[in-house]
Formats: sequence, structure tokens, C-alpha cells
Amino acid sequence: MEISFYLVQLLNGIQYGFLLFLVASGLTLLFGIMGIINLAHGSFYMIGAYLAYWLSGMTGSLWLGILLGLPLALLLGYAVERFAISFLYRRDHLYQVLLTFALILIFNELQRILWGNNVHGVPIPEVLAGSIPLTENQVYPIYRLFISAACIVIAAAMYWVIQKTRLGMMIRAGSSNREMVQALGINVNRLFAIVFSLGVALAAFAGMLAAPVDSVYPGMGENILIISFVVVVIGGTGSIKGAFVGAMLIGLVSTFGKVMLPEMASMSVYAMMAVILLWRPQGLFGRAV
Amino acid sequence: MSNEEKKGITRRDLIKGTAATAGLAAASLFVPPRFAIGAQAKVKVGFLLPYTGTYAKLGTFCRDALKLRLAEAGNKLGGREIEFIDVDSEANPAKAPELTNRLIKRDKVDFLIGPVHSGVGMVMVKMARGDQGPITVVTNAGADQLTGSLCAPNIFRTSFSSYQMGYPGGPVMLEDGHKRVALVYWNYGFGKEVAAGFKKSFLAGGGTLVKEIPTPFPEVDFQAYLTELAALKPDAIYTFYAGGGAAKFVKDFAAAGLKDSIKLYGAGFLTEGVLEAQGAAAEGVRTVLHYADTLDIPENHKFRAAFKKATGQEADVYAVQGYDAGELILRGMEAVKGDTGARAEMIRAMETAEIASPRGKLRFSPSHNPIHDVYLREVVKGENRVVRVAVKDQDDPAEGCSM
Amino acid sequence: MLSLRRYLPLLLALLALALFPLVGSSYYVGLLSRILILAIFAMSLDLLIGFTGLVSFGHAAFYGVGAYALAIGFQNAEVIHLWQALPLSLAAAALAALAIGWVSVRTTGIYFIMITLAFAQMFFYFFFESPRFGGDDGIFLFLKPVLMVGSEDLLGLDKDSNFYYFTLTCLVLAFLFLKMILRAPFGRVITAISANEHRVQALGYATNRYKLVSFVMAGTLAGLAGFLEAAHTGYINPAYLSWHESGVVIAIVILGGMGTLYGPVLGAFMVVLLQNFLPELTPHWQLLFGGIIIAVVLFLPHGVASLFPKVADLGRGWIGGSPSAAKKVDSHKEAQP
Repeated sequence: MEISFYLVQLLNGIQYGFLLFLVASGLTLLFGIMGIINLAHGSFYMIGAYLAYWLSGMTGSLWLGILLGLPLALLLGYAVERFAISFLYRRDHLYQVLLTFALILIFNELQRILWGNNVHGVPIPEVLAGSIPLTENQVYPIYRLFISAACIVIAAAMYWVIQKTRLGMMIRAGSSNREMVQALGINVNRLFAIVFSLGVALAAFAGMLAAPVDSVYPGMGENILIISFVVVVIGGTGSIKGAFVGAMLIGLVSTFGKVMLPEMASMSVYAMMAVILLWRPQGLFGRAV
Repeated sequence: MSNEEKKGITRRDLIKGTAATAGLAAASLFVPPRFAIGAQAKVKVGFLLPYTGTYAKLGTFCRDALKLRLAEAGNKLGGREIEFIDVDSEANPAKAPELTNRLIKRDKVDFLIGPVHSGVGMVMVKMARGDQGPITVVTNAGADQLTGSLCAPNIFRTSFSSYQMGYPGGPVMLEDGHKRVALVYWNYGFGKEVAAGFKKSFLAGGGTLVKEIPTPFPEVDFQAYLTELAALKPDAIYTFYAGGGAAKFVKDFAAAGLKDSIKLYGAGFLTEGVLEAQGAAAEGVRTVLHYADTLDIPENHKFRAAFKKATGQEADVYAVQGYDAGELILRGMEAVKGDTGARAEMIRAMETAEIASPRGKLRFSPSHNPIHDVYLREVVKGENRVVRVAVKDQDDPAEGCSM
Repeated sequence: MLSLRRYLPLLLALLALALFPLVGSSYYVGLLSRILILAIFAMSLDLLIGFTGLVSFGHAAFYGVGAYALAIGFQNAEVIHLWQALPLSLAAAALAALAIGWVSVRTTGIYFIMITLAFAQMFFYFFFESPRFGGDDGIFLFLKPVLMVGSEDLLGLDKDSNFYYFTLTCLVLAFLFLKMILRAPFGRVITAISANEHRVQALGYATNRYKLVSFVMAGTLAGLAGFLEAAHTGYINPAYLSWHESGVVIAIVILGGMGTLYGPVLGAFMVVLLQNFLPELTPHWQLLFGGIIIAVVLFLPHGVASLFPKVADLGRGWIGGSPSAAKKVDSHKEAQP
């Protein structure tokens, strides 16, 4: 294989890493920063994709669809937090696991009732529909570059908000010691509700952006759920930077694993996760346990 | 801390609750056998199909089409009324033993129809085969063993074996002039069997397999493989993907600009049920299947119109397979005039049946697997048009079947 | 005696279970066997979740290993001897638990949950992608294990009711075994660990070692459940190791009531019966099922078993001692902060 082959694979790996970070961003916020185990993350991703399909079909434009869909996702997140998650903060993580597991069942069934069983596509917006030639017979779709760019923007925004703003400080404090923050006079309930809504909206947003590339079908959330957790755990909870690095690492290992070790492709990511956790149980950039 | 008694559940509530639970438990233990007052007991047709999850559409279409066929025959099997029993398999093999058991032992169905998923099919056929088991018609699951090592007189299939999905690909590609081919497929039981069938005919016909690329199931990130294909530069590729994976593969393949340099072929599921999602990316893609929506025979037109009228949806191959299963059990019951006890005669009628199916002529091999024409289709303007008959009367070697 | 009264409900339940095959049809005996197997699986997880404070999201891996050991080891055997097959399954599961546990117990909290999940996934993909072990088509077993004495098979597992009693015996033995170790000093230590690990460490205990032993015991028992399942249905498939199954068994433990050992048994009954009967109410039964789980999480966090101390107290009032004596005991308990 020539060098261009490996270069293109490198590009594939990096781009996959960007996509993974985007898809896992909602979980990074909820699980990584807030410590909430949200198994329904894949369901929110799926809901985002279906919203994109439905709204862009109605309005004829993906942008309008996303614009209309985001407030809906925020509302959904708020409702889930207020009516379910908020009762579980004081309790063991176990209950979050179980409750969000039940949410998966519920959302799957709701999706079936609302939108049926077919596989749907969402057309790529005209302005992004072209491609860039890479090699003599392979081109690169511009939309994928757009997704990568969106990911970088989100990553930077998340990092800045969490690390450099007052809101971020409150979030980080609230997740490590809720009572103390409350004692300092900050409305923790509202804070957590806002953050949870943002996390859900991020997951949905990723689903909306990825819909033109991924297609929209029942059960699509399952595929990204586990890998999203792996991203956050490898990167280390509490760290946006870690999640970013984790996503990149997985993107590269997964891509090159497929080419060099095809039999072990599925296991390679989990094996890597096991090795990293052996060495550093808190993940690459996580807070020390 | 106050000394107050916790309110909460009172004694009365507890007694009520316990009584209710006990009552429910007791009632469930003694489910009365369903007797029909009058002439004959109803014939029980049990479905083990996925009604939820990724394959929900396939399960629903299969059941609806079978019901349609029976409705066309006056909703009677051999002159008897029918009772339908639905069980959602969720396409989950871990649940299959329990669910199959329910249909066979508790509900005591006369006919067992399904499933979609091959893993579920393996369990179902293993449990149903034998003199005590119901007459079983497999309406989608393609695992070769179902009419191979697990074959039995009471097991029929109206769908296909994975061999029949792969084998016709070889002659098709050679006839189209592609000698250097790569094989790309989802690496799990069904995909592997399709690939094996393809390799057998393609290599025997003198083709060269440039590379065999099994991709992890159910992952749908194909970029690395597309890049590999671009570097290998085969004339064409033969693929197996289905559902969301098929939609993505075809779209990604086109998006990578490979459509012009590498011809895309596949087992039929590559373009079944996903054409709307694939859009322009699917144009020109050729696939091999025992059915095509646009098949121009009167039985097909009649069927499609009836299905559309009954369900409001456009039929597809999964519906056809269910429809043919309905026809098959109708024939069986007709031959014995509704007497489900006359098994040998009913089976004889079923295995010698020649059905004018929407797919063309359908008959059955000694292992009760379909023998049907396999078509080469090409996507033209968003629909699968038949190019030619790829293989006439495609059979299946039924390895390991001792019938 | 107080202890007999306390165990009376359990003994009554056991009696009901023992007598069931006399009244139930063959289908329901088979269904109950499945429930009992799940109960063993869930009980083993309760040791981890309820008593050691370790939330394992990969417990299905050991269940699967126990099942696969039987299937792979005896796939083409002419006869399956219980004394060969059962130790093989248990040893395989124990080994897997030792390997995974040794790495995992060094982590805590959410990391532990995630790493057990990751390992379970590895096992899942290993079996899924292995052509030799059946892949995703699974493996069939056409024989049942036998226990030969001379030329007589003591077990007769082909018969539904015999298999049922075999499973019930395993359940009772597992229950007694767990009760015994929890009563012993070992049990006290792990219960203390789940309450406050640092304090136990400060007392000089090597907590990781205790956690590992607990993990291995739980894994071995899960392997027993897997062995029974494979023997029962004669089929094993990688789907048994999926994270879905791990999730469902966590649900069973919590719905039933963790930290009680009999709670998971209740939970197994509840979940299987719900899964059997809800679909007959509506095709959208998953909504109901999810809703029930959420309701239990929010309103009945200690599971169905938490309803039963109240029954026991009522019993105390009816059988012996006045209801007011029972009330006094209640209020004394609740006075504790």
C-alpha cells in the first residue's frame, strides 16, 4: 500500500474521532462532568435524528429542522430531569442506571408509535453537498468536513464554558458537592435541570447533524451508546479535553484496527479501554479517584 | 426524629394487593383451553416475529401479508375458523426458547410462522421439528441449517437460504464482465453464509477474488474499508448489508466517489426497503434477489394492489414471503379438509405444491426449501427494475439434511 | 421461636414451589424452571450489588461463560456426566470472574460499572465473532446432563418436573450458601465495605481481596445459572452475554429488593411474569414495562421485598403477640436516624 493510503486512513480515523466526540458530547456533559449515568443517551440521539427527519421533511430544510428541533429537545431534557432524574441525585448510581435503562424501552416504543418502522434518509443540504477529491478515485464529502468542523466548535465551546465561565464553575462544583453549592446560595435544582437539558440537547443535536450521513431507523441509538461511554471513560470523567482525546484515540485505533487486524476489530476498542483503565483507573485525564 | 408511625401502605392495601396478585397468579396457571362451542375448534396460527426493534417492519409485513392471503380465502383454513396468536420475538435469540415454548406448549399452535432473525430461527426450528411439533413455515430467516442439518418433515421455508442469496452473484458478475471482484459483507452468521455461496460460484466460474473484507457487525462506519477498496481498485464488489447498514453503505460508497470506478453489486437486501433513504446514491446499483417490486407478472400486480389496499403500504419481499406462507398452509389444509391430524397427507400436499407466487413460480426442494428464479435487478429512478433472470430455479444443496 | 416466625414466609413459599409441579402443566413447570434459573443469576448479582456495594454491569458474561462451557465442552459428547460438566462450568465462570475481577476491583463507583461493562462486551464479541464456537448462530445441545449410578440415571432431566426439582434444589443450596457466608466474618466485612470502604481499610483489612473473593463467588454462581439454562433449553447464543441481559438482571435485583437475597427471587418472578403477560394486554407493552420499572425506582426503591417486612410484622401481630407489640417494634426501628 502506498503512503497515500495510510494518509487517507489517518484522515478517516481523525474524522471518525470528531464524529465520535460529537455523538458523545452530550454524555460527556452528563456523565463526564455531572456524574449522571444516562443510558438513554442513545435514545436522545435517535430522537434528534427523527426530529431532524420529521421537521426537515415538513419545512424542506435541514437548518430549519434543526432550529425547530433543538428547543423540543431542550424541553424533553427538562421534563425528564424534573420528573425522573431529579429524584435520584442523592441515591446510588444504580438507580440512574435502571431508570435510564427503562427510558430506553419507553423511547423506543414511542418512536415506533410516532414514526413507524421504516428506514429514512435525510437529504444533505445543497450548499454542503459537494465533495473534495482525495486520490485518483476517492473523494471526500464536504458534509463530513462540516461535521468535523461542528465538532471542533462544540468541543471548544464546551471547554470554554466548563472551564472558563462562572456557569461552568458552578456545574463542576455542583457535581462534586451538591450540598455545599446549595449552602452557598446557588439554586442547584435549576442548575442541574439546565445542565441536563443541555446534555440531552447536545445528544439530539448530534443526531440531527449525523442524520444525513447515518440514516434514520429504529434502534439506531443502540449502536452509539456503548461507544459513547467508552469515549468518556477512556478520556476520563470530568474532562472535556479527555473526552476529545479519547474520541480521537478510539477513532484512530478503530480505523487502523479494521485495516490491520480485521479479525479483532470489534474487540480492539474494548481491549484498549481495559488496558487504559488498568494503568489509570480514572481514565487518561480524569480526576484521580 | 418523630415517633409517628409511617403511614404508607395500610394493611387493607396489602391484603388487596396480595389477593390481586394471588388471583392473577392462580388465573394464569389455569388458563382454560380455548374451546369453540359448536362444530370444530379453531385452527391456531402462531407468529414468532419481531414487532419491535430494527426489524419491526419486516415482522409486521410478513404477518399482514399472510393474514391478507387468508382473508382472500374467506378467513378459513380447510373450512375452519382461524385464531391468530402474535408473539414479539424482538429478534432476540436469548428470548427465543421461552417464546417458542409458549407458542408450542402453552398455546399449542397448529401452525408456527416466522421468524426474521436467523438466530431465533435456529431455536424455533430446533424446538418445533419432530412429529409432535406444529407445522412450521420459516418466512425469512435465511440460515442454511434451517433446511439443512435441522431439516424435518414439518419444517418448511418460503423465504430463501443464505446460499441462494450468495450463489447467483457469481454468474451474474461474470456475465456482466467483472473478473476482479472484492467481497464486502457484515461479519456474522448470515453474512458469512452469503459470502460462502458467492465465493463458490464466482471462483468456480473463473473469477478472481481480489480481497474478502468482512466488516464487524453491527457497525456501520465504513470509511476505512472504502479507502481500502479505492486502493485495491477491483472491477466491482459484491456485498451483503441490510436495513440501516445497507442504507449507509450505499450512501457512503457514493459519497466517496467510488461509484464510477467500481460497480456496486449486492445480495438483494442492499436495496430492499431502503431506497428512499439511499436516494440518488442507489442509482445503478445491481442486486440479486428472488423478487422485485416491479416484477411484471399478473400475480405480482394483483398482490401489490391487494396489499396496498389492506395496509396502505407498498409491499416488499418480506410481505411476499408471508403471503406465500399463507398460500402454502391453505393448500395443506385444503388437502386434508381441515383435519390437522392428517399430518402426513398435509405435508405431502405442501411439499408438492406449485405456487404461482408474486415472485414467479415457487416450488419446494426435498428439504422443503424454496426453488425459485433469482433475478438481477438494477435501481433505476428509485425502483428496482428486473434486468434479467440471474439463475432459473435456484436450489440449495441442503447440506446435512437427511430427509 | 422468633427465627421460625421470621422464616415462615420463606418456608411457605418454598413449599408452594415444591408442590407446584403437581398442579401446573408442563409448560408452566418449564416456565418456572426458567424463573428459578434467573433467580439464581439474580441472587448471585445481589451478593455484589446488595451486599458488597459493587455494581457490575457485566454479570451476564459469567452466566454466558457457564453456559458456553457446557455447550462447547460437550457439544459432540455421547453422554454428559454431571460430575464432569458442572465443575467445568463453575470453574470456567470462576476463572473468568477471577480475571475480570482482579482488574476491576481496583476501581470504584462509575469506573467499576464501566469496566465490567467493557469486559462483558469483550466476551460478547469473542463469542459472537468466533466461527468455532458457533458465532451468532449459537450452539445446540441435544442431550441433558446425567448422573449415573451404575446404569441408572439419578436425575432424569429429560422430564420437565425432574429438571424443575433439580433447579429448585440448586436455588435452595445457593441461597443457603450465600446466607452462610454472609453470616460468617467474611460477610460482615463485605457488608462493611459496602457501607464505608475507607473505614474498613483503616481497620487494616485488604478490602480489594475481599471484594475479589465476593466477585468470584458471584461469578461462579452466575455460571451455575448459565449451566442450568444451557442444560434446560439446549441452546446458547452470544445474545445471552449482551449488556441488555446484564441490564435486565440488575433490574430484577432492584425490582425485587437488593440486599435481601430473596428479593431477587421475587424480582425474577415479577419480571418474567410481566414479560409474559403484558404483551397480551397491548402491543405497546414495552411502554408499560418501562413505566413500571421507573415507578419502582422512584417510589419503591427497596423493591417488592420492602413490602414484605410489613407482612411479616402483620404476621407477628396475628400469629403471636399483640399488634401493639408489633407497632412498638416498628416505631423503635424508625426512631433510628
